[in-house]
Amino acid sequence: MTKQVRQLDRVVIRFAGDSGDGMQLTGDRFTSETAQLGNDISTLPNFPAEIRAPAGTLPGVSSFQVHFANFDILTPGDSPNVLVAMNPAALKANLPDLPRGAEIIVNTDEFTKRNLAKVGYASNPIEDGSLSGYTVHPVGLTSMTVKALEDHDISKKDAERAKNMFALGMLSWLYSRPYESTLDFLDRKFATKPHLAAANAAAFKAGWNFGETTEDFAVRYEVKPAKMPPGHYRNITGNIALALGLVAAGVRSRLPVFLGAYPITPASDILHELSKHKKFGVTTVQAEDEIAAIGAALGASYGGALGVTTTSGPGVALKGETISLAVALELPLVIVDVQRAGPSTGMPTKTEQADLNMALFGRHGEAPVAVVAPNSPSDCFYAAIEASRIALTYRTPVILLSDGYIANGSEPWRLPEISELPDLRVEFATEPNSDDGRFLPYLRDPETMARPWAVPGTPGLEHRIGGLEKADKTGDISYDPANHDFMVRTRAARIEAIEVPDLEVDDPSGEAEVLVLGWGSTYGPIGAACRALRARGVEIAQAHLRHLSPMPKNTGDVLRRYERVVIPEMNLGQLAHVIRAKFLVDALGYNQVRGLPFTAAELETMLEEVVKNA
Amino acid sequence: MPEIPLKPSNPGEGASPPSRSPVKLAMKDFKSDQEVRWCPGCGDYAILAAVQSFMPELQIPRENIVFVSGIGCSSRFPYYMNTYGMHSIHGRAPAIATGLSVSRPDLSVWIVTGDGDALSIGGNHLIHALRRNVNVKILLFNNKIYGLTKGQYSPTSEIGKITKSTPVGSADSPFNPISLALGAEATFVARTLDTDRKHLQSVLRSAATHEGSAFVEIYQNCNIFNDNAFDTLKEPATRDDYTIRLEHGQPLTFGAENQWSVINPPGGFGLRVVPTDSVDPGEIVIHDETVEEPAYAFALSRLPGEDLRNTPIGVFRKVARNSYDTIVREQLDTAKSKLAGDPEQELAALLGAGDTWTIL
Repeated sequence: MTKQVRQLDRVVIRFAGDSGDGMQLTGDRFTSETAQLGNDISTLPNFPAEIRAPAGTLPGVSSFQVHFANFDILTPGDSPNVLVAMNPAALKANLPDLPRGAEIIVNTDEFTKRNLAKVGYASNPIEDGSLSGYTVHPVGLTSMTVKALEDHDISKKDAERAKNMFALGMLSWLYSRPYESTLDFLDRKFATKPHLAAANAAAFKAGWNFGETTEDFAVRYEVKPAKMPPGHYRNITGNIALALGLVAAGVRSRLPVFLGAYPITPASDILHELSKHKKFGVTTVQAEDEIAAIGAALGASYGGALGVTTTSGPGVALKGETISLAVALELPLVIVDVQRAGPSTGMPTKTEQADLNMALFGRHGEAPVAVVAPNSPSDCFYAAIEASRIALTYRTPVILLSDGYIANGSEPWRLPEISELPDLRVEFATEPNSDDGRFLPYLRDPETMARPWAVPGTPGLEHRIGGLEKADKTGDISYDPANHDFMVRTRAARIEAIEVPDLEVDDPSGEAEVLVLGWGSTYGPIGAACRALRARGVEIAQAHLRHLSPMPKNTGDVLRRYERVVIPEMNLGQLAHVIRAKFLVDALGYNQVRGLPFTAAELETMLEEVVKNA
Repeated sequence: MPEIPLKPSNPGEGASPPSRSPVKLAMKDFKSDQEVRWCPGCGDYAILAAVQSFMPELQIPRENIVFVSGIGCSSRFPYYMNTYGMHSIHGRAPAIATGLSVSRPDLSVWIVTGDGDALSIGGNHLIHALRRNVNVKILLFNNKIYGLTKGQYSPTSEIGKITKSTPVGSADSPFNPISLALGAEATFVARTLDTDRKHLQSVLRSAATHEGSAFVEIYQNCNIFNDNAFDTLKEPATRDDYTIRLEHGQPLTFGAENQWSVINPPGGFGLRVVPTDSVDPGEIVIHDETVEEPAYAFALSRLPGEDLRNTPIGVFRKVARNSYDTIVREQLDTAKSKLAGDPEQELAALLGAGDTWTIL
């Protein structure tokens, strides 16, 4: 039977199931197949903090959303067109996000009386008419998988576990995805257990064939490749991009990279990734706590390495005192904060942007540091290099503010030419720097205001540094009032003097009266909202701060050009507060702290209101 | 002197190559230009002088020596040594020194700390440095009091100690630093006294040649807030009767008249001090610092009473185990040997690994 093929511009699919159902893997593979096809992609995983919440319950639901299109897209999509629900809990948890008319593929085998009762369904939603507003495809995913694998020498449990591959096969058929990479992947994943590789591949093919044969799917879809700049691409998450950016910073600076880290969600993947790259001279130390992690990184920086520590908000709180020491010592140090919902333990697997105040101000004394925020998963690569550039050039701690949304989300990344990445080579001090032959550890470079980096092992430059206030130039302990005042101001001035690129404004017509200003991971939803508004003839300008400290020199000028400045943030207005204080601009905050990224649609509605009232 | 366990390293392109040839230096070469500012009469002066006069023995160039400290009176130490030095944060010296030592195996890294710094605020870092066996030498100046904050009791103060913060006596039991270090399975554990320069230097000598963490507790007198705390171990009239001098291979017999001996009574859990003339000489314990099982050294560490009677001084334990630095270095070297070509080409290959596609 030849089926009708329908062309679509874009599709949003959400795979949802129990946290043991392999939904992240399924989503990941579907994404990879889609990338191979050349669609633009954006993904959003969503998983519980519990590794295995009780099976079949609402807290145990894990999902993976993938948005793919034949044009360039900026977000993982506001609401899914297709939901794959592996059990009643997955259906119940995700149904509120579905627009009417969406397609739902349900695994009917899991819709037992017991499972329905577990999540509070009095009757079976597949049968009681409550889903009549949707197109429902009831499929016995588990039973069909088990049946398809009858001839395989595996346990019933292993056969049942392959149901995610059956679902993947079915969806791959439905959206005409190329599947070779998935079969290769299964061979690699189960290299030591070929019988499982064969069973999973068989489940995948059975799913594909089921899609082709069943009359339930009358239409097959195609999404043509997007027009993207020529080059080599890979799909990448923010955490992996960030880790690779640090490796690249090591290569481009010719310095060993030293990571001190303590495991914490959602930053641990950076530690995992960097620990694989020892051949590039990357040392990773899993320290006894957050404080030791940054302490070790600072010790390595003192010894001439690019010291890095990676963590999330609670860890940054613990590291504050060492960041202050690094401010006083004026040594390079990169502190990566993959933000998550706080305060306290908060919601570790959910995203938020509420650590900006802590990054800017969260230390005792006047302790300014540089702050950089990536705006998308692949941008984490470049932001890591930029943070390293600032740390190495200006000998200062730099806080890199990623968040859970871009850390785990993914998008296609056009691979850079290595030679086009910034040259990060540094000059170490090797000779005394004063006329009398002494070495003055706090004599500054007139251009960068950086002090010399004289690492132990350098003859003749033996000197002592520490947290006590230093005398200008000599670095000796000093309690002199005028010297302290001078040093405090100098530390502030040298952060302000860091050269950062100007703030760019996207204002196609030049007629906009409203500027929407963002920072960090809100770039995608803000950009998508602006595009949608412009497509409807609404004028709106967009600017995005990548450098939060120091801010670009033209920031005030840009902001003052517009009647109204709106700042959407996943916090209660931290950037807006700074902007108002710094530039006396009456910025309007739009704030949400739900642990989820903004949807483009809600920003579109909000911005349209602002434009109307401007 | 046995070889100092240092290994070559490259701190990064542009840094000075480490000089490793033995050098002839004198005590004065290790004195910095900073005025020493401890209270007159402080035990720290004696330790500083002992360390400065010992350092030339190592024949390590000054630039390859680093002193890292935390916060407290003792932690001012690095300012007075004409080597590289860092006066860091309260309790964190072992963490900072770990990063430095692991990334720079060519350096001789020394930590100077106190009972509050190492055992209170920094206790976690201390035990983890010891269990990892990081190649650092830790000098813990124990005066059983907080000096810099002016006289509060410390985690080594005896229970019932009356201080500014405990006017009716402290309620918490003290740590025994030697027992604590042994509990963390430190590979080198020793105790010495601030005023006994010869003994102090012999312990430093043994520590310096040890690969891995060397933990040295130095009883140090704070003449302002806890004066005479260790007098019984120092005064000629009492010291011989109060201290057990640990010497590898020698029987544990002590006292002005050798009237006391340490035995390992059957059926018990530890060692016991008995009159020498009450036991058969064959029962007297022969000190062996290389006993793999830390229980022996631990038993030694439990001998002193509250009045410091039966205090062992010297090296409790010195066992060979690969340092953390060595293991990390070997992993790095193995991985680096797989770096086939130019790092930039390898980086390009890394970025392009996995599922990629091309758009023309």
